Amino acid sequence: MKPTDINHPEYFHKVIDCQYACPAHTPVPEYIRLITEERYTEAYMINWESNVFPGILGRVCDRPCEPACRRGRIQKEAVAICRLKRVTADNKGDITQLLPKVPKEKNGKKIALIGGGPTSLTVARDLLPLGYEIDLYDDQNKAGGFMRSQVPSFRLPEDILDEEVGYIINMGVNAIFNHRVESLKEITDKGYDAVFIATGAPKGRDLADLPGRQEGDNFIHIGIDWLAGVVFGHITSIKKRVLVLGGGNTAMDCCRTSRRLGGEKVKVVVRSPKEEMKASPWEIEDAIHEDIPILDNHVPLEFVVENGRLAGMHFDRVTPQYDEEGKRSLVSTGEPPLFMECDEVLLAVGQQNAFPWIEEDSGIVFNKRGLPELNPDTLQSSLPNIFFGGDAAFGPKNIITAVAHGHQAAISIHRFLQGRDMTSQPSPTTSLTTQKVGFNDWMYDNTVSSDFRFSVPTRDKTKTLKDRLLEVELGFNREVGKKEAYRCLNCDVQTIFDASTCIECDACVDICPTNCINFIENSDELSLRKSLSIPANNLEQSLYVSEPVKTGKVMVKDENVCLHCGLCAERCPTGSWEMLKYIYQSPKAYNDNE
Amino acid sequence: MSSSRPGFRHPDLAPNEAGYTIKDYEGGASTLCAGCGHDSISRAIVQAFFESNVPPHQVAKISGIGCSSKTPAYFLGKSHGFNSVHGRMPSIATGANMANKDLVYLGVSGDGDTASIGAGQFIHVIRRNLNMIYIIMNNGCYGLTKGQDSATADKGSISRKGAPNLLESIDLCEIAIQMGASFVARGFSGDKQQLIPLIKAAIRHKGTAVIDVISPCVTFNNTPQSTKSYQWVREHSEATGTFDFIPLQQEIVASYNPGEIAAITLHDGSIIHLHKTAEDFDITNRRKSLDALEEAREKHHILTGAIYVKPDGQDTHDLLSISDRKLNSLDKEDLCPGNSVLQDINDQYR
Ligand SMILES: Cc1cc2nc3c(=O)[nH]c(=O)nc-3n(C[C@H](O)[C@H](O)[C@H](O)COP(=O)(O)OP(=O)(O)OC[C@H]3O[C@@H](n4cnc5c(N)ncnc54)[C@H](O)[C@@H]3O)c2cc1C
Ligand SMILES: Cc1ncc(C[n+]2csc(CCOP(=O)(O)OP(=O)(O)O)c2C)c(N)n1
Ligand code: SF4
Ligand code: SF4
Ligand code: SF4
Ligand SMILES: [Mg+2]
Repeated sequence: MKPTDINHPEYFHKVIDCQYACPAHTPVPEYIRLITEERYTEAYMINWESNVFPGILGRVCDRPCEPACRRGRIQKEAVAICRLKRVTADNKGDITQLLPKVPKEKNGKKIALIGGGPTSLTVARDLLPLGYEIDLYDDQNKAGGFMRSQVPSFRLPEDILDEEVGYIINMGVNAIFNHRVESLKEITDKGYDAVFIATGAPKGRDLADLPGRQEGDNFIHIGIDWLAGVVFGHITSIKKRVLVLGGGNTAMDCCRTSRRLGGEKVKVVVRSPKEEMKASPWEIEDAIHEDIPILDNHVPLEFVVENGRLAGMHFDRVTPQYDEEGKRSLVSTGEPPLFMECDEVLLAVGQQNAFPWIEEDSGIVFNKRGLPELNPDTLQSSLPNIFFGGDAAFGPKNIITAVAHGHQAAISIHRFLQGRDMTSQPSPTTSLTTQKVGFNDWMYDNTVSSDFRFSVPTRDKTKTLKDRLLEVELGFNREVGKKEAYRCLNCDVQTIFDASTCIECDACVDICPTNCINFIENSDELSLRKSLSIPANNLEQSLYVSEPVKTGKVMVKDENVCLHCGLCAERCPTGSWEMLKYIYQSPKAYNDNE
Repeated sequence: MSSSRPGFRHPDLAPNEAGYTIKDYEGGASTLCAGCGHDSISRAIVQAFFESNVPPHQVAKISGIGCSSKTPAYFLGKSHGFNSVHGRMPSIATGANMANKDLVYLGVSGDGDTASIGAGQFIHVIRRNLNMIYIIMNNGCYGLTKGQDSATADKGSISRKGAPNLLESIDLCEIAIQMGASFVARGFSGDKQQLIPLIKAAIRHKGTAVIDVISPCVTFNNTPQSTKSYQWVREHSEATGTFDFIPLQQEIVASYNPGEIAAITLHDGSIIHLHKTAEDFDITNRRKSLDALEEAREKHHILTGAIYVKPDGQDTHDLLSISDRKLNSLDKEDLCPGNSVLQDINDQYR
């Protein structure tokens, strides 16, 4: 293998597993370290800069970072990255002075944002400091999008949402609320320089063809519409026996909300096996904790309506079968259909995009799935001044993806309106700084905690099930938060090797607790991976290959389970290993000066 | 501030056949200088005992005084240990071995500990062929007392002090062979690929297994003109042949061309395989082994690998016809069988 190009900005970025996995590339270990130092406000602002909604995401993020966390590879459970974000939000001081300044003098360009969810809010936050004038249209009476209308308050209290949405609205967004845009032309006619569409995926899928659907209509609800109805107070109760169909997070919110509105026997029924459910494991756990059974491998057959009332539903019992390519199909067991009694049904079987308000002759090209044709890098549509993002761009995802789209869209819109090159992307801002303070003394705490993951304390369910506004989780207190923070392995503190000074004494090889370091004959990647002292079988993790050392061998480090403990550097007699902190800031519109 | 090793090990590292993890063979954090060859030997010992499936509590490690003799604190933390007096490791090992011959005895010493103050002990323990592994961490100096030339420092070798050594050096492998050692090898701390199998073979060997391991002292004796520096050893070592150790329990899966392999079967049925090279010699022939050492010496080469093996020797217990039962298990009845037995013995002389 060729020597690794450690100057490539993505090499060490990839070593920071969590940050790399985070769609907005939040510098996770950096904020976690600040928690150990009780510097909560700074920790919050690092989050705010990257993911815009730390208090919200610290409660409800889908956390793609946690399955990626290195800690999960050496001890079963990842660092509680998400809930540590909440610790920063819960303990921060007043941040109003730290928010970016918005110039009074505008730059003369006007942008319309359609939809007031996290995507548009991120665009507004990134572009306001550059002097853009921003009109935001939303059909609700406050901003937040699905974070407000869908995510239940027992997971995300309204005051937290209001606070973080407020920071952005108060930066000077012209919000046009309670305004449903019924025509794109209506907007473009106003002469905006650019239009950003982030209207989400607002349509819940129905099971319109199922027998009894029409007759039972009063008792059968589309999950996301029902959840919005609850949030806005149109719906205040549900009958005792409820079936929730679907295996995603919407189903989990529906069933848990039902339990709070009077549902006593609430069941979730899923077509596929449990292991394939889309809902996050922790959401499923929370539902089970609230006495909600989950029945898998049941395909709905019909709604049974008796005397004008819903009596229950018939389900076909199935088993999953896999063909040679591993494709799964659900095959009936042949048993007679199972009847489940119920009074009401919530359908949480998927969400769709819908743009009925965009005229067919608008010039925006849509694909077969009803999604706009976009340049995936710039989010620009077939009309150069119209951009899309969030759930409206590529179908329903989650808040953190929406935020990442927002940052990207802001960059693209800014470049477009400045008449700059749209074919290249701005580079991230990176820096490498030494962590050495003195002999075996480092700026970061390099002792590796052996604590297991701490669980977040919760309110008793006898209380929370009575009040849908009462938050279930209490969050880590400072003390536990700090302990959890110490579980972080500081993956941003990089080991950097200098082949020219190494005397091949093997001290680093011997001390390394996880056998990362090898001095071997060079070869192609596959043979190298096989011939390491412990074969590097995790192909997603990089090998760090050095220039040849004196004997002609090369140093090969498997990044997979490096604990970033710095012992290699402590034991090297020649200073050939250095520990340097790598800070990676993904590009933002307001620092795109290339 | 740390230097304490984290508790996690590589998740792919399975326990050995005896059910122990690598951690069960590790010891405390080293306080030796960073880069000291002794640390690498310690690591090789950990690996060799782990791979040999020896239960840690079946090992007794005994050492003298010196940086080298401190290392038992850094490996086999769950084994028995005795850090004895300068140069006296062999007599302590002998005593322990007499009491309980069923343990694996690992003697650890330095070149000062062995070739100067302990030279007499070294010679006589070998003559008795005590069943033990005798590892010398040989850095050509007294590391612990600030790097004075030791008796293994080659004539003309220059340490950090700057003056060439005036005295003739002692070759511990040659002495060991002359004294009748039944297993003699030389390794290099910077070559674990060779060292680990040597230690594994020594564990299985019955009798004294001497391994002289060149182990650079980074602090006092790692100058370019020192013949015990990393650079010098790498440039001047010459191996007796690639070395494989096949423990008894392990099925031999590799197929060798018989002409290219010399196989030596140890006491317990384990096999040492030597891949032949152009300059092959017969490592079971004492005279040829001594010749090979002398020839390498003339060329200023360091001969490494297995140098002499006499697999079927008798150890101290055999030589002295000591009870088959370990002595510490003999109780009063065994030792004082009573008046009638005494009478019977006396009667034989009447
Ligand atoms: C029940 C449920 C629970 C969820 N839970 C989580 C969770 O815990 N964590 C997570 O990360 N994600 C969760 N999500 C997903 C997440 O809410 C979305 O991915 C995210 O909000 C998408 O953001 P967005 O900006 O693209 O659009 P949205 O948040 O959907 O915002 C779009 C806004 O545009 C408005 N709008 C639409 N059309 C028009 C129009 N024509 N004129 C004016 N306004 C319009 C909508 O009313 C809405 O306010 C959940 C989704 C659902 C349905
Ligand atoms: C009886 C006695 N004499 C002298 C000493 C001083 N002393 C301590 S260690 C040592 C030499 C150690 O050299 P070596 O065995 O080569 O060990 P190294 O430190 O080089 O590994 C000496 C002379 C002592 N401790 N005891
Ligand atoms: S920091 Fe160095 S010693 Fe520690 S795990 Fe990583 S490579 Fe090994
Ligand atoms: S400890 Fe330093 S000098 Fe020794 S092998 Fe490792 S990098 Fe090279
Ligand atoms: S003085 Fe020499 S022998 Fe002793 S620890 Fe330091 S390097 Fe090793
Ligand atoms: Mg010495």
